[in-house]
Amino acid sequence: MVRSRVISGLVALALVAAACESAPSPSATPGPTGQGQASPQPTESAATSQAPTTGLLATVQGRGELICGVNGGLPGFSFLEQGTGQWSGFDVDFCRAIATAVLGDPEAVEYRALSADDRGPAIQTREIDVLIRNTTWTVTRDAQWGVFAPTTFYDGQGIMVTRETGATSLEDLEGATICVQSGTTTELNLTDQMRALGVNFSPQVFGEIDPTYEAYSQGRCDAVTSDRSQLVARRTALTNPDDHVLLDVVMSKEPLGPVTPLGDDAWFNVVKWTVFATFEAEEQGITSDNVTQMRDTSENPVVRRLLGAEGELGALLGLDNDWVVDVIGAVGNYGEIYDRNLGPDTPFDLDRGPNRQWTDGGLLYAPPYR
Amino acid sequence: MNSAPTPASPARRHATVPPWRNVRVLRVAGQLVVVVVVLVIVLVLLNNLTTAMARSNLTFGLDFLRTTAGFEIAETPIPYSATDSYGRAFAVGLANTMVVSIVGIVLATILGVVVGVARLSRNWLVNRLTAGYVEIMRNTPLLVQLVLLYAVFLQLPSVAGSISLPGSIFLNQRGLFLPRPEREPAFGAWLGLVVLAIVVAVALRMVASRREAAGRPGYRLGLVGLVALVAIPAIGWFALGVPIRLDPPVLERFNFVGGMNLSPEFSALLIGLVIYTAAFIGEVVRGGIQAVRRGQIEAARALGLTENQTLRLVIFPQALRVIVPPLTSQYLNLAKNSSLAIAIGFPDLFAVSRTMANQTGQSVAVIVLVMATYLSISLVTSLLMNIYNRRVQVLEA
Repeated sequence: MVRSRVISGLVALALVAAACESAPSPSATPGPTGQGQASPQPTESAATSQAPTTGLLATVQGRGELICGVNGGLPGFSFLEQGTGQWSGFDVDFCRAIATAVLGDPEAVEYRALSADDRGPAIQTREIDVLIRNTTWTVTRDAQWGVFAPTTFYDGQGIMVTRETGATSLEDLEGATICVQSGTTTELNLTDQMRALGVNFSPQVFGEIDPTYEAYSQGRCDAVTSDRSQLVARRTALTNPDDHVLLDVVMSKEPLGPVTPLGDDAWFNVVKWTVFATFEAEEQGITSDNVTQMRDTSENPVVRRLLGAEGELGALLGLDNDWVVDVIGAVGNYGEIYDRNLGPDTPFDLDRGPNRQWTDGGLLYAPPYR
Repeated sequence: MNSAPTPASPARRHATVPPWRNVRVLRVAGQLVVVVVVLVIVLVLLNNLTTAMARSNLTFGLDFLRTTAGFEIAETPIPYSATDSYGRAFAVGLANTMVVSIVGIVLATILGVVVGVARLSRNWLVNRLTAGYVEIMRNTPLLVQLVLLYAVFLQLPSVAGSISLPGSIFLNQRGLFLPRPEREPAFGAWLGLVVLAIVVAVALRMVASRREAAGRPGYRLGLVGLVALVAIPAIGWFALGVPIRLDPPVLERFNFVGGMNLSPEFSALLIGLVIYTAAFIGEVVRGGIQAVRRGQIEAARALGLTENQTLRLVIFPQALRVIVPPLTSQYLNLAKNSSLAIAIGFPDLFAVSRTMANQTGQSVAVIVLVMATYLSISLVTSLLMNIYNRRVQVLEA
C-alpha cells in the first residue's frame, strides 16, 4: 500500500518536472550560442550576412507574430478605438511597421498594454519583443532595461493645472498637491525641479495611468505632470478640456522611442533601421501612395537603394530586399504616421516642434542607407 | 512464507522482511527521494534565473539600497526626503504598511467581535442586518471595495469648501485635518507625573483588593486611587505650565498647512480593510461561541449569572481556544491585503518597492526583498498569536 503510493507520487513528480522543463519561452532555447551574447561587442559581423537562425529575429519570424508592449491608455499614441476595437496610435503604427518589416504583415502583432511599473521587467525578461510605450531614453534604462532605438518623438515634461487656480509657473504651485505616475522619469524630474526652485509640494503617486487622471479631474490634486504629449492627449478625455491648461514650462527633455532587449544586436538593427526608414522616406518624399511607383521609376540612387531597386542591403539585416517598400506601403513615412495620429486633423493638433526632418530644422536625421 | 520453526535455531523464527517490502525502509527512502526531487527543481529554477539574467546583462545585488532615491513619498511616518537612500524609502513604505496593519488588526478585532456576537443576537433586526453585512463583505472582492470607498471619499467637498467642525477640524476630499499636539518643554515632567499617578492608583487598587479578600471594605481606598489618577495629572497640567500645545491646520492657497492629516488614501485603505476583515473575524467569533457546550450556558444561568456575565466569564474564555487559530489567519490576511494600497495611491511597502524596482532596474532583488519582508511580518504575527494560543489552549488532563 505504502509502496504503490510512493511510486505513484514519484511518477506525478516526474511528470510535473518534465512539464516545467519544457515551459521556458522559445527565446531561451538558443543555449550555447545565446550565452555568448554576454560580451558587449559580440562578433556578429560574420553572422549577420545571412538571416540569423538564433535570436529574437528568428524567434519572431518563427512565431509569426510580433509581441509589442504598448501603453493602451494614451489616446494618440496607443489605445483601442471606440467602436471598432482596433488598436491605433503613433506607437502602434511603429509596431505595425516592425511587423511588416519582419513578417510582411502589419496586422501580425499582439499588443500588450503595460503600466509604467511593468514595462521595465517586461522588456528585461523578453516577455515582449519590443517596447514602444512612450518610454524616455535615459542612461539607467539603457543599461538595465534594453537598447533604445532612435527617438521617434522628442518630447518634454509639462504640468497641467485647472484654469481656476490661476497658476502660470512652477513657483505658483507652492504647497500644491501634484498627481504623478509611479515608475516614470516625470516622478523624478518633478522632485528635482521643485527642489531646485525650493518649492514645497505634495506628490500623489498612482500605479496606473487612469487613476492618476481620475484623481486629478476629481480635484484630489491641483496639478498633474507627465510628458506634454500625454497631457495634451489625456486632456481631450477630461470632462471639460477647456478648464485645464498646460503651464508654459518644459521641465525636462523626454526623448521617446522604442526599446529592444539587451544582448540582441541583430534584432536591435532591424528595429533601428525600420525607424530610420520612415525618417528617410519622408526626407526623400516617399509616401505610401507613391512608394511602388518610386521604386519602379525613380532615378535617384538614394531612393533606389532604400527601396531595394539596387543592392542587397535588406539581406544584411536578415530581411527581404523590398522590406522598406512594404513598410512604407503599410504605415507610410514618418510625416504620415505623425499626421494620422497627432496632426491637425486629430483632436490633439500637436505642433511637430523638434519632430521635423533635419532639413526643416528639426532633429530627425537618418544615417545613409548604404 | 517460511518453514515451520525448528527448535535448533530459534533466530529463524523471525522472518527477515526484504528491504523492498520493509515499511520503515520504504518510508525513509520515499522521503529521501522527495527531498532530492524538490532540491533538483529548486536548482533548475535557480539555474534558469541566473542564465537568463546573465544573458540579459542583469546583475543581482542589494547595493542600490545605498544610492539616492530621488523621489518623494506622500505619507511619511518617519522623516524622509528625496535625498535619502532607497533603503530609507523602503523603510518608509514598511512603516506605512505596519501602521495600517497594526491599527487595522486592532480595529478589525473590535468590530469583528461585535459583529460575531451581534450575529447571534435574538433581536431579529440586529441579526439580519449583521448577516447581510457579513454576506456582502465576504462575497465582493476587496479591491473593488477599496476602489469604491476611495471614490466615495473623493466626492467630499474640495479644499475651498471644506466642512469645518468645532476645534479646528476640517473635512474635505484631501482628508481629515486635525490640530497636531506639539510638545512643550514641560511635557517630560508632566509625563512623569502621569506615570506616578498610574503607579499610585494601581498600588492603591492592589491594597484595596487585598483588603476585600480579607473581608474588610476596600472601596474607599480604590476611590482614592481613582481620584489620584485624575487629580495628579490635572494639577500637574496647570502647575508646570501647559505641556501640550495644539497646532491647528491653516488654509493656504492650495492646501491646509500644519496640523495632522488623515489622507483619503489611508482612510479608505484602513476602513476598507477593517470592514472586510471584520466580516470574516465575525464569523470566526460566531463559530467559536457556538462551539461552547450548551451545558456551560445552562449551568451559568443556573448560577444566576446575567447574559453579559455569562458571555464575559464563561463563554468567551472557552470560545477563545477555538477562535485564536483562524483569527491568526485573518490577521495575516489583513497584513497582506494592505498591499492593495497601490490601487488607490497609498505609498505602502509594495507601492514604494514598485517605484524602486522601476527606477533601479533591479526587479528581482526588490521583489525578493519585499517577499522576505512580508514573510517576516507574517511570521512574527503568527509567533505572537501562537504564544497567546498556547496560553488559552485546552489543557487536556
